[in-house]
Amino acid sequence: MENFYRDNRDLKFHLDHPLMKKIVALKENNYEEYSTCDYAPLDFEDAMDNYDKILEIVGEISGEVIEPNAESVDQEGPKLENNEVKYARGTQENHEVLAKAGLIGMSLPRKYGGLNFPLVPYVMAAEIVSRADAGFSNIWGLQDCAETLHEFASEEIKKEFLPRFNKGATAAMVLTEPDAGSDLQAVQLKGDISADYDAEKDVYYLNGVKRFITNGDADISLVLARSEAGTSDGRGLSLFVYDRKDAAVKIRRIENKLGIKGSPTCEMVFTQAPAKLVGDRKLGLIKYVMALMNSARLGVGAQSVGIAEAAYREALKYANERVQFGKAIIHFPAVYEMLTSMKVRTQAIRTLLYETARYVDVYKNYGFVSEKRPLEKEEKQEAKRYQRLADIFTPLLKLVASEYCNQIAYDSLQIHGGAGFMKDFPIERIYRDARITTIYEGTSQLQVVAAIRGVTAGGFLNRIKEFEGERVTPEREYLKKILVGMTTQYEQVTAWVLEKNDNEFTDFHARRLVEMAGNIIMGYLLLRDSVNNEEFEKAAEIFIKRGKSENTQKADYITNSETKDLGVFRYV
Amino acid sequence: MLVKPLKIIVLAKQVPDTRNVGKDAMKADGTVNRAALEAIFNPEDLNALEQALRIKDSVPGSNVMLLTMGPGRAAEVVREGLYRGADGGVLLTDRKFAGSDTLATSYALSKAISKLGCDVIVAGRQAIDGDTAQVGPQVAEKLGYPQVTYVEEIEKINADGMEIRRRLDNGFERVMTPFPVLLTVHSSAPGCRPRIAKNVMKYKYARTLTELQVAAEDYTRMFNDRPYLKIQEMGVDDIGADTEALGLSGSPTKVKKIENVVFKAKEAKVIGVEDKEIEELIVELIENHTIG
Repeated sequence: MENFYRDNRDLKFHLDHPLMKKIVALKENNYEEYSTCDYAPLDFEDAMDNYDKILEIVGEISGEVIEPNAESVDQEGPKLENNEVKYARGTQENHEVLAKAGLIGMSLPRKYGGLNFPLVPYVMAAEIVSRADAGFSNIWGLQDCAETLHEFASEEIKKEFLPRFNKGATAAMVLTEPDAGSDLQAVQLKGDISADYDAEKDVYYLNGVKRFITNGDADISLVLARSEAGTSDGRGLSLFVYDRKDAAVKIRRIENKLGIKGSPTCEMVFTQAPAKLVGDRKLGLIKYVMALMNSARLGVGAQSVGIAEAAYREALKYANERVQFGKAIIHFPAVYEMLTSMKVRTQAIRTLLYETARYVDVYKNYGFVSEKRPLEKEEKQEAKRYQRLADIFTPLLKLVASEYCNQIAYDSLQIHGGAGFMKDFPIERIYRDARITTIYEGTSQLQVVAAIRGVTAGGFLNRIKEFEGERVTPEREYLKKILVGMTTQYEQVTAWVLEKNDNEFTDFHARRLVEMAGNIIMGYLLLRDSVNNEEFEKAAEIFIKRGKSENTQKADYITNSETKDLGVFRYV
Repeated sequence: MLVKPLKIIVLAKQVPDTRNVGKDAMKADGTVNRAALEAIFNPEDLNALEQALRIKDSVPGSNVMLLTMGPGRAAEVVREGLYRGADGGVLLTDRKFAGSDTLATSYALSKAISKLGCDVIVAGRQAIDGDTAQVGPQVAEKLGYPQVTYVEEIEKINADGMEIRRRLDNGFERVMTPFPVLLTVHSSAPGCRPRIAKNVMKYKYARTLTELQVAAEDYTRMFNDRPYLKIQEMGVDDIGADTEALGLSGSPTKVKKIENVVFKAKEAKVIGVEDKEIEELIVELIENHTIG
């Protein structure tokens, strides 16, 4: 029996992080539901054991059902029949099994039929499912929409929609349009408060076109539309929830894509489609979609780690089996260096993934607790602190994880040689699936725009200084010393750029600066992992040494550039 | 026609996982080294559980109960059933059962079933440790129930009985059966549904009394709060069985000799890639019963 959770010990290690004590305590609020709900945990150990056991189910379904279906799903893809999406056979089976196992709506409260799981085990499930089939993980991962409804919608909407998730309802976040991709402020879909609102029914009628919508024909859609006539920016947009049962949306086409072919990407035509307002008007983009985006970015982080894991395993297997010049190719330095580097980078983005997930978990759960009782002053400060960390770590994670997963898929295919270029091995699909991760939910370039604030306002440096204060064993002091040196270099280079006082110059080097911070942060996280578990020792050593040389190269490039260099690039 | 709710018993067995055999799977004396093999839910019994749960899905109000015979740790089979949607389970356990062959086992099971009462018994075709496929049919004989073996799908259920598709060598057969009935399910039937997340969290501490007494974990409070966590145990006295008909004394099967068969390829044969040569190979393999 294949089990994608049990066969990867790193997962349990990250699940068992000490911060889980706080997270579970907040989530379970003194284990108050134990006496009223038969699947609520008795205490911390019981809750952790639940996560472990449920992840085991996810691992088994991923290994035994989803992964074996991945190839046929990729080939068959979804079909458009009478303006409706029909999933590939394997996709239907995947979804059915996960729904039967009750693995949809994992993070929702129990009163809405959910499992009341914190984000960390949910994100871990997303990583596992993505390793099995990255395309399918989108369909499953869109249960994130439930979380947005839970956070912002009225009780009435929550009662109507949320219990449907655990019974298997699918979801979509319907944001982009032909002329509103990265720039969502330009959204045109109309649901006007003065013209399209039926006050009696409390329903808005939506009209217009949406494009590039993942899982566009879902049961429940969160739709961004313009509620304020005459506005042209983000402040005129509101978020709505549309129910597929109302049959007022036509799917005009399914895109023919490079990868994640099992996940339907749709063009949707709304014609007088009745929808309900989520939360308050005008906060659609600036508050709710931003929240939705952040959880989606964490999701892409998880997806990227899952893809990286799959790509690494395929390469390892092939390198052990393929014999050339009388021996398995894994014994050649050129190959084993690639493999080790793939593994180390996978471990680096994984530790960053769960660190980020914990930050989000802490502050979101403080938010839910505050609905029940006022937070103490210290709690408020702590919530704020973790929110700030989440705000800069999320784009950093999305950037680094998606870029690494592409490099790892590239190297994995390379190790397969000519065979990897054929459709005969899974790596050909994995390589294509990886490509979207640096693009959707905000391109890498946009992640840099979000993450650079962590450089300029000092958020990353503050966190790095805290890591510096953590205890390491004497034999690892030399690694810490390297990281301290890298930090000094990063501080100097950052100061050097900021002294120019030229925004364009900062933007020009932004990615390099963010990546320098990322190398130091992942280095510290792996160092910490190696203190807690010797299995990470080599990963920490290799990653930190590589990170040092990468950062030196970037520092050298940055400090040898001038504002006038921008002109050279601008006119190529 | 309305079907009244059915009481369904699934016969399930905990077996050593003989599908993934390592070097230490056999002891020097040629018997199975059970300690080296993971104990699992017999695969075809999972197919049987799925059929039972499907009957329950189509006849609302029905009750699915697992019945397993074995040592204390076989209670895991009952828990696994609960995780996947069964309503309860009984562990038939007693030192006096030890050493039972298929005759003694089916006697004990039939006695327990008579106590529990049911409309449908569903069992896997055979277990992967003994591969006899005898226990199901013997239970049916002892209870005087009709039996349908090699079940692949239950196609219809009505008040009088069921219409069932049986898997045969060269196709299938469709049969009708009244209640009560015993079915044995073939591995070509659909696999079992997954564990249900909420059920796992609900039932993971389900224990027999014996397990509770030896367990190191202290969840007394939980057992008082949640009575459904108690798994019922039955012994010889509970089922009113004749001790003579159980265990070694009740088992006429005697193992005469155990032989290790080591396959050794003595000659190699190169088959060409032409269709004709492959066809000849297939014909040869069918003729010497290697396949088909």
